[in-house]
Amino acid sequence: MTVTPGWYMTLAAVLFAIGLLGILVRRNALIMFMCVELMLNAVNLTFVAAGRALGLIDGQVSVFFVLVVAAAEVVIGLAIIVAVFRQRSSASVDELSGLSG
Amino acid sequence: MIELLPLVIALPLAGAVFLHFFGRRIGEPASGWIATLAIGAAFVVGLVNAVPAFTGELHHAEHVAIWDWMPAIGASLEIQWDALSVLMTLVVTGVGTLIHVFAIGYMHGDPRFSRFFTYLNLFAASMLTLVLAGNFAMLFMGWELVGLCSYLLISFWYTKPSAAAAGKKAFVVNRIGDFGFMVALMLIFLNFGTLSYGGVFERAGEVLTTGTAVAIGLLLLVGAAGKSAQVPLYVWLPDAMEGPTPVSALIHAATMVTAGVYVVSRAAAIFELAPAAGYAVATVGAVTALWAATIAIGQSDIKKVLAYSTVSQLGYMFLAAGLGGYVAAVFHLMTHAFFKALLFLGSGSVIHGMADEQDMRKMGGLRKHMPTTAATMGVATLAIAGIPPLAGFWSKDEILGVAFEGGTYGQVLWVVGLITAMLTAFYMTRQWVMVFMGEPRWDDGVHPHESPRVMTIPLVILAVLSVVGGLVNTPFRLGLEHFLHPAFEGIDLAHPSEEMSVFAILAAVSVLAGVAGIAVGYLVYNRPPARWTKFQEGFGGLWTAWEQAYRVDDIYGATIVKPGKRLADAAAFKFDLPVIDGLVNGAGWLVRTVGSKLRVVQTGLVRNYGVLFVAGVLAAVIWMVVAGGGV
Repeated sequence: MTVTPGWYMTLAAVLFAIGLLGILVRRNALIMFMCVELMLNAVNLTFVAAGRALGLIDGQVSVFFVLVVAAAEVVIGLAIIVAVFRQRSSASVDELSGLSG
Repeated sequence: MIELLPLVIALPLAGAVFLHFFGRRIGEPASGWIATLAIGAAFVVGLVNAVPAFTGELHHAEHVAIWDWMPAIGASLEIQWDALSVLMTLVVTGVGTLIHVFAIGYMHGDPRFSRFFTYLNLFAASMLTLVLAGNFAMLFMGWELVGLCSYLLISFWYTKPSAAAAGKKAFVVNRIGDFGFMVALMLIFLNFGTLSYGGVFERAGEVLTTGTAVAIGLLLLVGAAGKSAQVPLYVWLPDAMEGPTPVSALIHAATMVTAGVYVVSRAAAIFELAPAAGYAVATVGAVTALWAATIAIGQSDIKKVLAYSTVSQLGYMFLAAGLGGYVAAVFHLMTHAFFKALLFLGSGSVIHGMADEQDMRKMGGLRKHMPTTAATMGVATLAIAGIPPLAGFWSKDEILGVAFEGGTYGQVLWVVGLITAMLTAFYMTRQWVMVFMGEPRWDDGVHPHESPRVMTIPLVILAVLSVVGGLVNTPFRLGLEHFLHPAFEGIDLAHPSEEMSVFAILAAVSVLAGVAGIAVGYLVYNRPPARWTKFQEGFGGLWTAWEQAYRVDDIYGATIVKPGKRLADAAAFKFDLPVIDGLVNGAGWLVRTVGSKLRVVQTGLVRNYGVLFVAGVLAAVIWMVVAGGGV
């Protein structure tokens, strides 16, 4: 039994779906944040798998960009979560509705 | 020394700025003396620089540049120093200084004492900008600034509704004149490509066609008529008497209102190319002279008489200037500044002594209580009535002489001028007799007293000037004529006849007219008031018309002000409110309504946004699949 690119794609889709579901149903900001990371890495997996299957370097290059952006995002996102937590002693995003219309 | 000339404008301006910030702290009377010092120093600077003009060394206009404002159109801040501006500067600063001194006494006890002198100094600086300007742009700047100062000072006692309304009226009526003036400046620029005096007047002959010259001349006349209170724009001047009396003396008699005469004289080169415009100026002047003189007869407010008298005398100057007698016009401008300033200050002294009473019917017999005021005002009355050898005689006679030499039409105007001279003598005598002679008719509790020295000394100085001021230009010695000649180089000046016999006959006729006016005035009004009424009733409805100033204000109110207000109302409430405001408010309403419908989407719950986001992505993906990647 060989592992075809289809397997990787399926795995990536599953990971992406889990991440998406997590964002939609959880209200803890930290968990939601981890879900975002999961989604990002699912996409990275598709890039690498497709790059390997097609014999192109572009997939891996794209992954590097995503990783850099994700690192920056983690720094800012965690800082925001920490700040919110200090203010409210909770990380529930549902309480952060001060700008509702 | 000529480099010092900008100081003539800068000193009063500095005085105004200083008093604006520190006047209240300095208080009374120091702020008054500072203002006086500023304009007095300006007078000295002017006088020192005037020496070459007196010795005849000032052949051509000298220029002092202050700042290159808009050099491309010949509009920089530069001073033109020639005989005409020398004379105007000396009159403005000289008479101005005396009036400043007088005002220190007159405004005593006013809570806004220092503010008054701020405005007076600002006015002096503006007026000097006007007369010293070397181009039309700077002239216009001064022109508008004096209008502003006039407005500020007329409505100085702004808590009085009539004073506030009078200031507004002066401003609005002047705007009408300014409109004509501005169009004239545009026409000048269009034709010459520059606004500088040199560039305009030297080339006027080759550039202007008769038609254009007439157009510019008539438009300048509109502006001059507004500022100098000529028919039909004179209505603001009598109302301007709501201001403090020194203001009436300085601005509405001696200086600002002569700006129109000054501009016409300055633009002599243009009027020379446009005889029709000249005749228009002369006609307006003659009509104004007679019209205002008749109204002055019927007034009983001491300042209203003088106001209409000023309008009438300004008409004289226009009459002379229109016929080309610029020297005569400027000469009368100067002598009039002396005796009319004196008359106004004298009336101010009377009002001061009578506890703010202005109705001459409630005066009488004041000569025993106010001897200095009575004597000096008597001199001024004789001067304006044209009794030789006082100042008014020489200047008025020169104007009448110019008119007499001006062909058939000129002689018609001469008759008008002569009648006006007689009326002038009559109403001025009437005023003096009503105020100073006869039995006291004061209200209870009024204790007339002579004014303090600070007020009477300027009166005495002006009285001396009213006596000797005319001697600068007599048919025997044409001093002023020679003095002004460089300023009117190349202009064909109109002169009175040089024949002594003609002069003697004309002088005799006009003196006779003056004496007749004085005699009637004295004989009628030096009697009990019952006899006045009898005399006045003899004129029937005519006297009522004079008393009510021909009801011109009512006519203007019905024909111009009321339709104007209705138009403004319609524009404001029928157009501006529903249409313009409707558009603006409609835009706001649209945004608000749409916003209030849409804002429920903005729940503030991140997961909601997430759902919407995912739904949007899904929709996009589905659409792309269905469309078959056609994007």
